[in-house]
Amino acid sequence: MGKYLLRRLAINVILVAIAASLAYMLAATTMNPRAAYEGRQPPVPEATIDATLDAYNLNDKTPVLTRYATWAKGVVTGDFGKTWNGGSVNQEMGRRVMVSLRLLLIGTLLGFALGVALGAFSAVKQYKLSDRLIGVTSFVIMAIPVFVLATLLAIATYNLNRGLGFTLIEYTGEYNPQLSGWDQFVNRLNHLILPTISLSLGSIAFYSRIQRNMMLDVLGQDFVRTAMAKGLRRRKALTKHALRTALIPSATYFAFAFGTMFTGATFTEKIFNWHGMGAWLVDSINQNDVNSVAAVTFFAAVCVLAAAFLSDLLVAALDPRVRVS
Amino acid sequence: MRSKVVFRRLLRNKQARYGFIALLLLVALAYVGPYFGAYDWQEKDFMAFMSAPDADHWWGTTSIGQDMYAVTLRGMQKSIIIGLLVAVISTGVAAIVGAFAGYFGGWVDKVLMWGVDLLLVLPSFLIIAIISPKLRDGTWWWFVVLLAAFSWMITSRVVRSMTLSLREREYVLAAVYMGIPRWKIILRHIVPNLASLLIIDATLNVSGAIIGEAALSFFGFGIQPPDVSLGTLIAEGSRNATGYPWLFAFPAGLLVALVLSVNLIGDGLRDALDPGSNS
Repeated sequence: MGKYLLRRLAINVILVAIAASLAYMLAATTMNPRAAYEGRQPPVPEATIDATLDAYNLNDKTPVLTRYATWAKGVVTGDFGKTWNGGSVNQEMGRRVMVSLRLLLIGTLLGFALGVALGAFSAVKQYKLSDRLIGVTSFVIMAIPVFVLATLLAIATYNLNRGLGFTLIEYTGEYNPQLSGWDQFVNRLNHLILPTISLSLGSIAFYSRIQRNMMLDVLGQDFVRTAMAKGLRRRKALTKHALRTALIPSATYFAFAFGTMFTGATFTEKIFNWHGMGAWLVDSINQNDVNSVAAVTFFAAVCVLAAAFLSDLLVAALDPRVRVS
Repeated sequence: MRSKVVFRRLLRNKQARYGFIALLLLVALAYVGPYFGAYDWQEKDFMAFMSAPDADHWWGTTSIGQDMYAVTLRGMQKSIIIGLLVAVISTGVAAIVGAFAGYFGGWVDKVLMWGVDLLLVLPSFLIIAIISPKLRDGTWWWFVVLLAAFSWMITSRVVRSMTLSLREREYVLAAVYMGIPRWKIILRHIVPNLASLLIIDATLNVSGAIIGEAALSFFGFGIQPPDVSLGTLIAEGSRNATGYPWLFAFPAGLLVALVLSVNLIGDGLRDALDPGSNS
């Protein structure tokens, strides 16, 4: 077991290194951070631009490989370099990860819990009206891309607020900085409503479909019949025996979603104006911010691999068959 | 004949039937519709900027006076073509790579699967986002190639594991003993026997590619102006969707209808082709 884990760790480290290096090379060769300084009024002397870019390790006059070596040396010691305007990438990343976390934590948990509950419910009620209704709704929701859904929600809220004459639900930003204490906390929750709905609707639909299929498989099996035959109440047999076994696939997806939560939700963040990791990826590409692009990629690769590992561990913990083999 | 049985089952499947009808209507709208409109998609009506839908401009006009009806249908054509091409290319690549890796085994398998793992870890969004705007002068073909290049990996893993069991079947062994070359065995005996998986996968890839294109174009990383796709139109429309809802409603509605109908067909195909599925 130890040997297997070590080998897996080594492969993952190599994969992360390749992904991050490739992202750095691609960004460093195609992006032009100089553009942000050249077009200024009054014009900045070229020597000054060079000195600034050199200080940030962004100067396109330095050979790419030299820049890459400097960058890699920094990354190994845990320093991701400077953003295009000289800020620390590390600080920016720390701040943005927390923003993404605050945005996604509730949505991820809510999506999983509600999705599993709805899926299990609709399996128990197979072919009844409620099952059909849940099935059709989740099918339609899964066909709506998140940027359409989020925009629809924003339009609906705008009209609702205008109809009421005051702002009932906020739809841009993370909080109102003028408030403090308890008021600010309530304000933050208010700002969370729309993004959370737009994030969790999709995952509710997704989990409910998986959970329904798995639950149907399990419901026909002997051990559920045995549980009922030995006198367990139906509710107890269903929740304790059937649901628990049928939870394995959803749980592995959930572990994966939980691990990748830190990388943010690009569309939801951009549309509702949250400055998290997902929005950073798009912003840094648009701002020619080489070091930030590489850092986001590095971080995302680590998260994806860690999440894959987490979901494997969870399967092993939940499924006795995997443990044996 | 199996294909007849499958076809009959497919026709009896309500989902697939509605999906097919809806898709046919949408494709007809995209390709025949422009002939009924009064305006060309490149034409600019300088008397009507941002005008609401009326008898003249059926779906309203954009901020530069383009007829929304013509522009949206033009964008839909592009989205449909991109979806189909990406699906065909990526499923084809997945089938070939997966079948070769599974059938040959050994170092071929190792190298190919390592490549698959690497592509899965690479930041596809980032790579497409950086490269495709640089191809401004190039055609949208490059965009199709990029999208396809990053969407075949998971299917190829499934194909590989199925090939591993197929290659021990009697008819494959018989072909081996008859001295048929290995690439021919793969193309003639292995890949056709994976047809049901591949057809389902290709169908679902169409809707995946349409959404992927729209998502990238939403941030300006996909189709470049002056060309339009549903993604670029939705991006433009969502910016002022509250004041000018027709700019957002028509492309977004058609995108959802397109994806929904393709998904319905995919689900119906799965029911008709795969007896083990229970949905």
